[in-house]
Amino acid sequence: MKINKVARAGTMESSDIFIMVQPGDNQGLDIRLSSVVIDQYGNHIRNVIMETLKSMNIEDIELTANDRGALDYTIRSRVETAVKRAL
Amino acid sequence: MRILRRSMLFIPGNSPNMIQNAGILGADSIILDVEDAVSIDEKDSARNLIMHALEEVDFYGCEVVVRVNAPSTAFGEKDLREITPKRPDAFMIPMATEEEIRLADAIISEIEKEEGIEVGSIKLVPIAETAYAVESIADIIRTSKRIEAVLLGAEDLTADMEISRTKEGGEIYYARNKIANICKAFKIQAIDTPFADVSDSKGLIEDTLKGKSLGMTGKAAINPRQVDTIHHVYTPSQEEIQYAKSVIDAMKEANKAGKGVFSFEGKMIDAPIILRAETVIRKAILAGMLNEEAMK
Amino acid sequence: MKNILGREIPDSVTLPNRQIRLFSGVQVRHEDVVKKSVKTRVADPTEGKVIHDIKKAIEKSGLKDGMTISFHHHLRNGDYVMNLIMAEIAEMGIKDLSIAASSIFPIQAPLVKHMESGTVTGVYAAYMSGPVAKAISEGKLKNPAVMHTHGGRSRAIECGDLKIDVAFIGAPTCDPMGNINGTEGKSACGSLGYANSDALYADRVIAVTDNLVVYPACPIEITQEYVDYVLVVDSIGDPKGIVSGTTQITKDPVGLKIAKNTIRVIEASGLLKEGMSFQTGAGGTSLAVASYLKDIMKEKRITGSFMSGGITGYLVDMLDEGLFKCIMDVQCFDLSAIDSLKRNKNHQIMSASMYGNPHNKGALVNVLDIVILGATEIDLNFNVNVTTDSNGYIMGGSGGHSDTAAGAKLSIVVSQLFKGRLPAVVDEVTTVSTPGETVDVLVTERGIAINPLRQDLIEKMKKHNVPVMTIKELQDVAEKMIGKPEKIQRSDKIVSVVEYRDGTIIDVVYQVKDQ
Repeated sequence: MKINKVARAGTMESSDIFIMVQPGDNQGLDIRLSSVVIDQYGNHIRNVIMETLKSMNIEDIELTANDRGALDYTIRSRVETAVKRAL
Repeated sequence: MRILRRSMLFIPGNSPNMIQNAGILGADSIILDVEDAVSIDEKDSARNLIMHALEEVDFYGCEVVVRVNAPSTAFGEKDLREITPKRPDAFMIPMATEEEIRLADAIISEIEKEEGIEVGSIKLVPIAETAYAVESIADIIRTSKRIEAVLLGAEDLTADMEISRTKEGGEIYYARNKIANICKAFKIQAIDTPFADVSDSKGLIEDTLKGKSLGMTGKAAINPRQVDTIHHVYTPSQEEIQYAKSVIDAMKEANKAGKGVFSFEGKMIDAPIILRAETVIRKAILAGMLNEEAMK
Repeated sequence: MKNILGREIPDSVTLPNRQIRLFSGVQVRHEDVVKKSVKTRVADPTEGKVIHDIKKAIEKSGLKDGMTISFHHHLRNGDYVMNLIMAEIAEMGIKDLSIAASSIFPIQAPLVKHMESGTVTGVYAAYMSGPVAKAISEGKLKNPAVMHTHGGRSRAIECGDLKIDVAFIGAPTCDPMGNINGTEGKSACGSLGYANSDALYADRVIAVTDNLVVYPACPIEITQEYVDYVLVVDSIGDPKGIVSGTTQITKDPVGLKIAKNTIRVIEASGLLKEGMSFQTGAGGTSLAVASYLKDIMKEKRITGSFMSGGITGYLVDMLDEGLFKCIMDVQCFDLSAIDSLKRNKNHQIMSASMYGNPHNKGALVNVLDIVILGATEIDLNFNVNVTTDSNGYIMGGSGGHSDTAAGAKLSIVVSQLFKGRLPAVVDEVTTVSTPGETVDVLVTERGIAINPLRQDLIEKMKKHNVPVMTIKELQDVAEKMIGKPEKIQRSDKIVSVVEYRDGTIIDVVYQVKDQ
């Protein structure tokens, strides 16, 4: 699947995560994450985002995530929505 | 009456914070809302969030209902098609007509078959929120076997009627009456319209009592703070339960003695009183106030 | 060496003028303790006490390098006193001072540069938040800060563990002989309970006021025989920061659910009865507990004996409605509390020593029935952290937490099971503030856990159909939703020593890892 345009999903509210995606620069899965729990969950959140992208067959993307303590189901959902909006 | 629906609490469908806490707020049912609570631009994200929530969030045994957009709209059809595989307990259908219910039933059945879900297991709760729906509610209920309850939606109804909506609710007396009566005729639940002023707890009690006095069996809530009050009204009191238990005990005694009609506390006990007592006991058991074993 | 809670207290930890004793359990030994003797400079009856120049006041106090000076925090985040005094001290070039403040707030940010310049090398406090707490966490203070409890601070001052050379006491109203009154004046803050020990035991006491009145400044809270000088300045504080607006009961459904669960525990505990006493904090959830309690007390026609601690308007309303007979006030949080103190003789001030000192002839906490407490983290043995956040930064401190937990018949910690994905129940708390031995119940929105040491409570909950879980089960519920957080890295340098109320070392805080 190819990312064609800039798209966003999610909010900056507590327990949510704001995702912005745009076409990649042939750099693969380029994820920029900021989070209120970066020290405790940074690696985990990054993994959840990666897996979600892979499950959607995304190979090239620039994804910026601003996490406000979202649980995994929210992270997966917001990534999915952002990607679907960008296809 | 399989489950108690004293309260049905609306939860905005695009709010992770509300969704993941929905199960602890004490409501009998929670309604994840993709309709009015979600703007046109966010229908897709709310729908997707609810799908993930149904898979992963623990609602601690609460009934989970999804209020979809009207099935005849593109949003509504997509809501039903995509969310059905995640097995919500029920869908709530806005602007109900026979056609909307037929459509919803057909889509759900189709997906249930595809997904290997028992056909008919996902229930429907139509919202009577137009003059037509109130008038045709019996026909609407006949449209699908999935219907277990009807919600009265007074805001849209009064708009449709071009009358003003008041706190006292005199304008919806007829609608409450009609919905309660017909639901009782079909042995399904009649859910009263929510009370809009969240900060007016006295008004909420009065409004809930009004609905109950006309035969409503539960009430929708738009704020978690309303749940306790609604339950207080729709749960049998300790006195009612005690009286009902005494009536049933007296009946058992009478049956043993081979008496058909008997008196209790100086009053003749007949079938309607026994029926009433049995209903109280059943509600008390469902509300967790009585142990089922104890009544055997 | 490890203390009884298994917390490693390195041998390198030292404290001025005394031996290190490790925390070994909360049991209080009923033995004789000796209060320190106090140096008193006999006043010259011909010389007045009033000084209008800060520098002159500091000079008169005899302040020298290496001394310890104290401040109280009743002016909270509106306090100008510490900043005024410290700016002058820095100007005068005095170095190597220790600050013994009952608490430190964000407004005291200028202290950071005094730490960096070597003017300040030590800090004692029961609570700290804001830039100073951050700077200390990052290792900018030369010596480890000593964190104690409110009652423990009084104990330390009274026995000489904490020797105060000069106490600067913010005085909302003061007369020329040094009588201090907290309830009048443009910077009124009500109770001065935390300043009491400072006044009684410091070598020199300087009242700092912006409202000098004609003698005597009745009603007097701190009396003239303890006060050496009266320093008059333009303003001791910003009223907006001194008193917060009326704290509101939380509207957050999760907070309300916690409050409801808490009330079930209180009801089942058997302590909800005539003459009960109750303490709760000023947070939204704590106030919601008070609000539900109020309804039940009305319904059951119960009158309590007293409410205590930091006082908010909400508790004042309960007093006014006759639900409790008295308020015992160590600190006023809002204008309504100050107003009540002025008009209601059943609203009484108490000192920090009377409130929570474990080594006097009996503190108020010893007769407290129920206390509602917070927690950043709680471990499987109910040890509570209210000192550091989950990233290892100091952002609080015991305050009265450990004192009330130790004294109250029922100590209930209320907390969201997780907040912003950070769990409340952890394998190991970042810092132990309050020992689990004194914490009876954890109430969350998703369940209630009772300390296994309180089998009597567990039985009572069962009897009243209050569902309880083990704290491990609660941890599992949370981890199912949020997963397990990675452990935070920290450096090896100790930035703070945490004292239990009896002066034993309960834990240390390490410098945060470079970001």
